[in-house]
Amino acid sequence: MTQEDIGGQRLGIVVSGSLNKGIEVKLHSSASVEDMAVGRYVTIEGNKRRFFGMITDISLGVIDQKLTLTPPDVSDPFMAEVLAGTSTYGTLHVLPTLTISGDATSLLEGPQPVKTVPSHFSAVNLASQRDVELVFGSEDEKKFYIGTPLDMETKICLDLPELVKRSNGIFGKSGTGKTFLTRLLLIGMLQKGTAVNLVFDMHSEYGWESRSEEGRKVKALKQLFPSKVAVFTLDEEGSRRRQVSTDFVVRIGYDEIEPEDMVLLRQTLNLTEPAVEAVYQLSRRFGKNWLQSSLDLKDSEETRELLKEMSIHESTYQNLQRGLATIRRLPFFIPHTLDNPVKRILEYLDQGINVVLEFGRYTDITAYILVANLLTRRIHAQYRERMEKAIGEDIALPHPLVITIEEAHRFLNPELASQTIFGIIAREMRKYNVTLLVIDQRPSGIDSEVMSQIGTKITCLLDNERDIDSVLAGVSGKSELKSVLSRLESRQQALIFGHAVPMPVVVRTREYGSPESYKDFIPGGEAEIRKQAEKDIEELWE
Amino acid sequence: MERVGEVIEASTTGFVAQCYELYQSPPLGSLVKTRDLPLELYGIVYNATTTSLEPGRRPIARGKDEASEEEIYKSSPQLLQLLRSEFSALVVGYRENDKLYHYLPPKPARIHGFVHLCPPGEVKEFSQSFDFLNILINTHLPVPADELIAACLRQMSQVYEDPHPFLVVAGKELAILLSGEFNQLKAILGRIRTS
Ligand SMILES: Nc1ncnc2c1ncn2[C@@H]1O[C@H](COP(=O)(O)OP(=O)(O)O)[C@@H](O)[C@H]1O
Ligand SMILES: [Mg+2]
Repeated sequence: MTQEDIGGQRLGIVVSGSLNKGIEVKLHSSASVEDMAVGRYVTIEGNKRRFFGMITDISLGVIDQKLTLTPPDVSDPFMAEVLAGTSTYGTLHVLPTLTISGDATSLLEGPQPVKTVPSHFSAVNLASQRDVELVFGSEDEKKFYIGTPLDMETKICLDLPELVKRSNGIFGKSGTGKTFLTRLLLIGMLQKGTAVNLVFDMHSEYGWESRSEEGRKVKALKQLFPSKVAVFTLDEEGSRRRQVSTDFVVRIGYDEIEPEDMVLLRQTLNLTEPAVEAVYQLSRRFGKNWLQSSLDLKDSEETRELLKEMSIHESTYQNLQRGLATIRRLPFFIPHTLDNPVKRILEYLDQGINVVLEFGRYTDITAYILVANLLTRRIHAQYRERMEKAIGEDIALPHPLVITIEEAHRFLNPELASQTIFGIIAREMRKYNVTLLVIDQRPSGIDSEVMSQIGTKITCLLDNERDIDSVLAGVSGKSELKSVLSRLESRQQALIFGHAVPMPVVVRTREYGSPESYKDFIPGGEAEIRKQAEKDIEELWE
Repeated sequence: MERVGEVIEASTTGFVAQCYELYQSPPLGSLVKTRDLPLELYGIVYNATTTSLEPGRRPIARGKDEASEEEIYKSSPQLLQLLRSEFSALVVGYRENDKLYHYLPPKPARIHGFVHLCPPGEVKEFSQSFDFLNILINTHLPVPADELIAACLRQMSQVYEDPHPFLVVAGKELAILLSGEFNQLKAILGRIRTS
């Protein structure tokens, strides 16, 4: 009775549904509910068009409620076999998202968003590899292979030029694969040359080798693409110990810290509201050197006079001093620098070279927020200036820039989102050719307006209800996607939806970290590395 | 093809045939056919009787002094002439121009039409469609429908090398037709299960 057709395995027929809520499919008796899985793709053969959709729920039904009250004897195999699919049946809930077909015009136009539902009793099949390819396209100079759909070998590809037009987010609780996904995406952007990246690498995982949770060494960007990546470090000693080939050691002068930076640090430095106010007053008073000057203030009558003059309360002053001392303890902050890290970063970016800034042992959130914010503000200002100039003088625009930040909710929470440079970048879309790649394990901490501006969301497993809600806010088919999202495997699986994909998709993330995996990323040209990859594979066998 | 009788009464929905030999009625639920060219009518045997030839005169008990039942017939050979066996069939389809239809024919069977038991090949052909089950379920007969349906499916299944798949498909068809009447379904399934 099984009916195989060219499309894929026959699953059942459409029995009811709506465009908004999705379609109910009665499972054919030859298809077992236990073989189904949410997140799988199906095609629906309507009378006039083919629909493409995703299974979002699976349920059991009986024709006669009496059956549930006096269940038949299913230990009788004959009884069980007869009842399966007739008196008792499985139903699938399918969210149709696209219409596809093989004819010439639709091949040109590609899959279209659904505007209607398939008619009653249309046949539903498991999507074939070809169908999936038709929808997600295959790898090419723009499309980057990010993973495979559940139970399929087909490649799911992201349209990278489309992706970098907006800010994007990678979410998931700790240990689900965010870092691995980010590495892949960065490689994709680098390979397809769609954008240059500036990565604020809190845990030093993107520039150079680090260890996976299993303790395996995992290579990072600079090792795979030495000519296209520069590693900057805040922790020279640490980087040297890890034998990272660094390009620049970042030092930041006190005179580069502006009052706005202190606003961001309010929470992490435990500053009071008046203490932040005091920073502005001090900077008005001392100018660019306010921090050094404040640190230099002696415990003297003179100082007390000064504070009184600015009406800064003694306890406020103490509070601020404690905060500033924390900053002073970070060795990469020095009173004054000769070299300018912003200038250096821009030099690389202008040549199309990606910059990864390693934080080394300074994984403290204060350092991260301060440095990321400070550098980004300046770089953004430069981009802004250049964009305006480029448009005015009709010259080439600067390379699109993607800035990667981790712990994004620290920058983009509702309290700060309107004030920080990151909030501004997220909201202005690509006005100045700068977008964000935010990585976070607590997306509910991110301002909802910022969330709504995120073009493509890639989310691994989340188990906190509020996090799930915030990631899915405003997405059509939210409740269906919710059930898909909360059932992802605990690592290396992700739900991708938004701008860069034609429809929401669950993928098993592409393998990263094995010698074979590196080989696939390295373009034929970089023979040296290719050889190294081959050597690495060899070594596995020794 | 085995000839089992001759039509002696006919209506749109069924016919009654008299057996040529006493007690030689085809089994309950078997598929029989009678010809009325260009049609061939198919029926399912749902009842069989053996009665006195003369209406109103009932046989009387005769075996009191006989050693066995056989002896009764031996000592009164005329008995066989005084009794007759008949069977009734429900019309479930017909064939015209080599095409099978699983619904009622345009006209009833002809009196004196010969009735044949369908050979296995023809049973197989006829049972490719289960549309006739609907007729069995919906006709009021002197025998319980559950019994008749089960008997019929058992009969048909015997022409298959492996009766199981046939019975499963038939069971599924019944499950759909009898949705809402689970007890009846259960009764029939219990009567056709193979093991
Ligand atoms: N694409 C992948 N290929 C290989 N292993 C992966 C992949 N994604 C996740 N893993 C495994 O899961 C672990 C956790 O992933 P990681 O990216 O460090 O999680 P997170 O950054 O979300 O805490 C990794 O150490 C690795 O073993
Ligand atoms: Mg991580």
